Amino acid sequence: MTTSSKAISQRFVETVLIPMLGIACVIVLWAITSATLVKALPSPLQTWHASKLYVLEPFAKRGELDQGILRFTWYSLQRVAKGYALALLIGTPLGFVLGVSKFFTKAFDPIIQILRPVSPLAWLPLGLVLFQKPDPAATFTIAMCSMWPTVLNTALGVRSIPQDYINVARVLQLSKQKRLFKIMLPAALPYMFTGFRLSLGIAWLVIVASEMLTGAPGVGGFLWQEYNSLIYEHLILCICTIGLVGFVLDRLMSMVEMRLRVA
Amino acid sequence: MAFLEARGVCKGFGPRDQPAQRTEVLRDINLELERGEFLAIVGYSGAGKTTLISMLAGLTLPDQGTITLNGKPIRGPGPERGVVFQNYSLLPWLSVFENVMLAVDQVFKAKTQAEKRAHVERYVAMVNLSHAIDKKPAELSGGMRQRVSLARALAMEPEVLLLDEPLGALDALTRATLQDELARICQVSGKTILLITNDVDEGILLGDRIIPLGMGPAATLGPSIAVTLARPRDRKALNHEDTFKSLRGRVIEYLLGEGRKQVKKPRASAEPVASSLASAPARGSEVTP
Ligand SMILES: Nc1ncnc2c1ncn2[C@@H]1O[C@H](COP(=O)(O)OP(=O)(O)OP(=O)(O)O)[C@@H](O)[C@H]1O
Ligand SMILES: [Mg+2]
Repeated sequence: MTTSSKAISQRFVETVLIPMLGIACVIVLWAITSATLVKALPSPLQTWHASKLYVLEPFAKRGELDQGILRFTWYSLQRVAKGYALALLIGTPLGFVLGVSKFFTKAFDPIIQILRPVSPLAWLPLGLVLFQKPDPAATFTIAMCSMWPTVLNTALGVRSIPQDYINVARVLQLSKQKRLFKIMLPAALPYMFTGFRLSLGIAWLVIVASEMLTGAPGVGGFLWQEYNSLIYEHLILCICTIGLVGFVLDRLMSMVEMRLRVA
Repeated sequence: MAFLEARGVCKGFGPRDQPAQRTEVLRDINLELERGEFLAIVGYSGAGKTTLISMLAGLTLPDQGTITLNGKPIRGPGPERGVVFQNYSLLPWLSVFENVMLAVDQVFKAKTQAEKRAHVERYVAMVNLSHAIDKKPAELSGGMRQRVSLARALAMEPEVLLLDEPLGALDALTRATLQDELARICQVSGKTILLITNDVDEGILLGDRIIPLGMGPAATLGPSIAVTLARPRDRKALNHEDTFKSLRGRVIEYLLGEGRKQVKKPRASAEPVASSLASAPARGSEVTP
């Protein structure tokens, strides 16, 4: 009895109390900085007062540029979902082909390595040129930036399918289709999911940049607009929101990933 | 011509154009397996047993020589040769039922879904795993996994069963139990079976014939030794039987003697049989070239 309750309180200390301590430290540091070094930086209290309305009524819509923070988040998530879906749609088959064929790897690996580090700020103008409209340009940018982890991890997953599984398929003379769906895809799935998770992280990372440049409503758009309106408290609100949402997305994805690994 | 036949088969690994870096694993393998026969091959670890079975399965092709099944040369793998792989090769994302079903689905395309189900269940029951039919391989013990692998191969109802150390990873007790189970299943099914093992006793207990495989590199098969013990064989009684002892003595003598000579000259395939005949105690069993 006492040992188990001790274990629970130990867990509580480790997973709640100690992280809280870290957060408290950062807030104190932030308060000190805003009070002494950088006067332009809003203090934690100021930030809270200015943001209260947006946080406590998260889904309110008072005007096009004045909406609850979760409503903005929802717009951003929809945009991310489109770009991310496109990234997976292109990235997964591409990764598969790279994993299966040495020739394709030799041919396309250099170009992938060159495109991979290109910043969203560079893709977006090209997207605007290509599509003439901000929305598809944003989708294009998110897809171009977030595709690579999916491509590379899928290729790795396919390359590391054990020869034994392939031998089973060969002895049974499975058709190409069955071999793909019954053997290769399930065998590569844990790796692919790692790619999916990393891609989602990047897709979310890119959203701010693309919304800033296109002026679309969303957390990133809101951030940029509040910067231009000199309401710096809201910058911090946006940063915290972006961080939290990214964290939650990553958690959700890694939960699925863990399940796949165990299976 | 024998049902399954290998003639002058050689196999090596490494770059073909650089003989210095290339290791010859098997040299001049000659093998005959008649329909309905149970042949056991015993050999050292790393001698090339898995390599031999991969070639018979058609998963790899020999460098030289030919392998024929029913008179037709083997060009690739196929479901008429069921393989039990050394490391089970079960698909971890499928349950026991689904693993066996994958094979049944592929081989018996004409059967209805209900017939296929019944078929799978019958073979899972044959290896005494009905209680675990919905479990994933990760939830099974090593011995249970090997039985699933066996059930999968048997369920394909192949013309030949190729078993690559199907009991190799097991402790002695479980191994003995599964040997008896294997003997029972084999007698019931009357299949043509080639069993690879590293255990001489296991080979004698289960086989109609036993052939030792020498030590690598460039391993060759030794003399074929007929196991003249009556079936069903009782492992406890067997240990005291003279025939069993002399058979075991001959296999071990080859493995420790001639089969261990590392450097071998190329030679005609009939010779090793003759030379071991001279040295082997010819009691209670015969040697077939
Ligand atoms: N794909 C390969 N590439 C290079 N060398 C190989 C390959 N497969 C096997 N070998 C070599 O061939 C030899 C025989 O290997 P094999 O797996 O056939 O042995 P084995 O008799 O089945 O051993 P064990 O009893 O341990 O399973 C080994 O020396 C191994 O290093
Ligand atoms: Mg082996």
